[in-house]
Amino acid sequence: MSHHIIDFKDVHFAYPDRTEALSGISFRITHGESVGIVGANGAGKSTLISHMNGYLMPAKGRIIIGDAQLDKTTRSDIRKKVGVVFQNPDDQLFMPTVFDDVSFGPLNLGLSEERVIERVNEALNTVGCYDLKDKPPHRLSLGQKRAVSIATVIAMQPDILVMDEPAANLDPKSRRQLINLLKEFKHSKIIASHDLDLILDVCERCIVIGAGKVRADGPAGEVLLNEKLMKENNLELPLSLQRR
Amino acid sequence: MLTFDKEYFNIGYLDTLSYKDTFMHRIDPRIKLLTSLAFILLVISFPKYEISKMIPFLVFPVVILSIGDIPLIFILKKLLIVSPFALFVGIFNPILDTAPMYSIYGVGISGGWVSYFSIIMKFILTISTALLLIATTSFPGICIALEKLFVPKILVVQLLFLYRYLFVLAEETMRIVRARNMRTFGRKGQGMRVFIQIAGTLFVRTVERSERIYHAMCSRGFDGRIRMMKNFKPGFIDIIFAVVTITVFVILRKYDIAKILGDLILQ
Amino acid sequence: MHMADALLSPAVGTTFWAGSLGIIAYCSKRLKNDINEKMVPLMGVLAAFIFAGQMINFTIPGTGSSGHIGGGMILAILLGPSAAFIAIASVLAIQSLFFADGGILALGCNIWNMGVYPCFVAYPLIYRTITRRDKTPGRIMIASMLSVIVALGLGSFSVVLQTLLSGRSELPFAAFAALMLPIHLAIAVGEGFITGGFVNYVRSVRPEIFDIVEGTGKLRESFSMKKVLISISLLVIITGGILSWFASTHPDGLEWSIEKIYGTAELPGHENGIVPKLKDIQEKTTILPDYDFAGKENRETAGTEKSWPAVNAGASVSGLLGSVMVIGLISIFGFVIRIFKRIRN
Ligand SMILES: Nc1ncnc2c1ncn2[C@@H]1O[C@H](COP(=O)(O)OP(=O)(O)O)[C@@H](O)[C@H]1O
Ligand SMILES: [Mg+2]
Repeated sequence: MSHHIIDFKDVHFAYPDRTEALSGISFRITHGESVGIVGANGAGKSTLISHMNGYLMPAKGRIIIGDAQLDKTTRSDIRKKVGVVFQNPDDQLFMPTVFDDVSFGPLNLGLSEERVIERVNEALNTVGCYDLKDKPPHRLSLGQKRAVSIATVIAMQPDILVMDEPAANLDPKSRRQLINLLKEFKHSKIIASHDLDLILDVCERCIVIGAGKVRADGPAGEVLLNEKLMKENNLELPLSLQRR
Repeated sequence: MLTFDKEYFNIGYLDTLSYKDTFMHRIDPRIKLLTSLAFILLVISFPKYEISKMIPFLVFPVVILSIGDIPLIFILKKLLIVSPFALFVGIFNPILDTAPMYSIYGVGISGGWVSYFSIIMKFILTISTALLLIATTSFPGICIALEKLFVPKILVVQLLFLYRYLFVLAEETMRIVRARNMRTFGRKGQGMRVFIQIAGTLFVRTVERSERIYHAMCSRGFDGRIRMMKNFKPGFIDIIFAVVTITVFVILRKYDIAKILGDLILQ
Repeated sequence: MHMADALLSPAVGTTFWAGSLGIIAYCSKRLKNDINEKMVPLMGVLAAFIFAGQMINFTIPGTGSSGHIGGGMILAILLGPSAAFIAIASVLAIQSLFFADGGILALGCNIWNMGVYPCFVAYPLIYRTITRRDKTPGRIMIASMLSVIVALGLGSFSVVLQTLLSGRSELPFAAFAALMLPIHLAIAVGEGFITGGFVNYVRSVRPEIFDIVEGTGKLRESFSMKKVLISISLLVIITGGILSWFASTHPDGLEWSIEKIYGTAELPGHENGIVPKLKDIQEKTTILPDYDFAGKENRETAGTEKSWPAVNAGASVSGLLGSVMVIGLISIFGFVIRIFKRIRN
């Protein structure tokens, strides 16, 4: 077994309207890493993430997840390894109650009812939302929706957790709670965001994406501190560093 | 005016009520659904000129309302604004059927008025029962009850999705309508063409949303089937509730309590 | 127009429930066999879309009054008949619960009236026939307009029939139809314009969206006209058969059986007019055995009611008095429950 968990090799992708969203992306992520993917709006972060569990397939290049190369036949197994939390929790939470939503994945895995309940409780406790179990999603605050979205994915016990803009539109307090939550996770994780402070807080490594290409890849502290690099990619230094 | 109806807030309010925690809310949804259905069928089965036998049936909505902590005013308001089709069609009865039927202290009452009051009574009883059913039962609860009662799964899943995204889309619609009203300064922007544009925008966003939802479902192992765990069994209390209500309904359907009472007093 | 519980007799209500459930079962079987997975969320959010759309009011040209869409035809065009029927049924179900539009028993009628005609008559017979060759905006508009007019026309005609069969209203057939059809024609023209305009608008701004939706609803390709026609005629015959059996053997099936169970024979057996002609006869024979109403033969003079003598004042007074008492008692009961609950908290 390889110790790499995600391996992108020269991945290209264009949308049906010919927008070239990824033009030759390569990187490797190993077990236990926490990686931030930063880039301005439209840089291709969401497109990249959609490739990680095979919702989109590369037009050129290849993607290896664990031991398997991503294709139509391996896709459903790969989805069990890579848990993706999408940007908009209203799309992620599609079931009528929090419990139904968190149990959706485990039930699809074919687990017994007791195991499902165990997993749901565990996942909800991890994100601190056990009490919301019987609520319908439309009665949750955005912060709670985000936390529950994460729980829906944790309940699948994936090898790696992938998140797209987890802090977008959160108020400062909910954002802080979320950052603390993410910091506690022992999971391998990939977080796409243009919230550079969050990446700096949570991730050791950072990949900068611009116009569908990897612009930089290195320790978060170094990459995010590089003012010239940030400017070139329409990003700013993290606020916490600007003050210094 | 291109307004977004107050209706939306009404659904929201009904939905809030349905998540209260009272004795009524805790009764098994299937039992509530079936007793409500039995109630409605019995009420509807009263013949055209029946009024007094129907009146004691008011006890069912009143008890649910009281135990379930549902504000009376809310139900009354809904009754007033609800689609008036039945009342509209019924109003022709007094016009067309003028043969007197009763005389109360010398004032004659025509059959048409009697049958019209009968329609009104049925209207009040059936509509308030439907509203109270949803006010005391969470919608997902009703859906699961339906599935257990052999309604096809695909319809149940539809209802669940519809319920889930009704609030999301209603809010999205509200944003689009507001933005539109802001830009048109309330002058234009009210006709059908504007409506088509708004609906078109909303539709495009909705389809895109459904793609994202599908995406999210797939990443959690969706294979075409929606699985849910729902292990509720009707308990002792539920069965007692069903037996008592049905017995009361049957007695009320059989005996004219109002008339018996009236006779007693007049004697 | 929503049919309402209060106008229905149990026989008509349950028959149409049976009919609608039958079609739901048929559609769900079709969908189960060859549904595209994507259809599951798509149907759900499009139903929610129609629901949200119904909450927007717009001004109807030339009238100054406002209306809202029904949207059944839009769903049929977008999703194809089977999926659209399920989606329409779910929209109507939510309306009957949250908005109390019509009521729970009338829901069966409403699903029938607003689902069957757009999905299984107007869409396959009209819309698809006109737009099969080429989908020009003009054709789409004409097809939508005609489809909606036919669907709404049949729907409102069904409302009339259901009301008459139930026998709660005095309105004679001709007058009722004359009342309903023009109103619905006007509504249909507006709705048809919106349906066609909407389809054309979306096709012009985001043609690929239509491809997504139509690609998902691949069912329509395998749609056989013959099957549809046969199934509809079968359904009509079966429900019609049940209905007329009910209606002819016991004018009001359920009432009849309820009375049988209770062993009271107080029901006037001819509550319902099946055909308007029958209604005339009934008018003259309707009596109320509950109230010892002496002059049943006098009822035949229904036209000259002015001379009608007051009958058995005692019974009606006691009924009225009793009713007032019962209402009072029930209110007190409700109060007591509330007070009791408050004390316990
Ligand atoms: N469904 C789509 N169809 C066509 N183009 C798209 C679609 N989604 C994204 N794009 C385009 O692809 C590029 C990358 O988008 P995205 O991955 O969403 O960026 P990010 O998430 O970094 O903001 C952008 O230019 C965007 O306009
Ligand atoms: Mg993005």
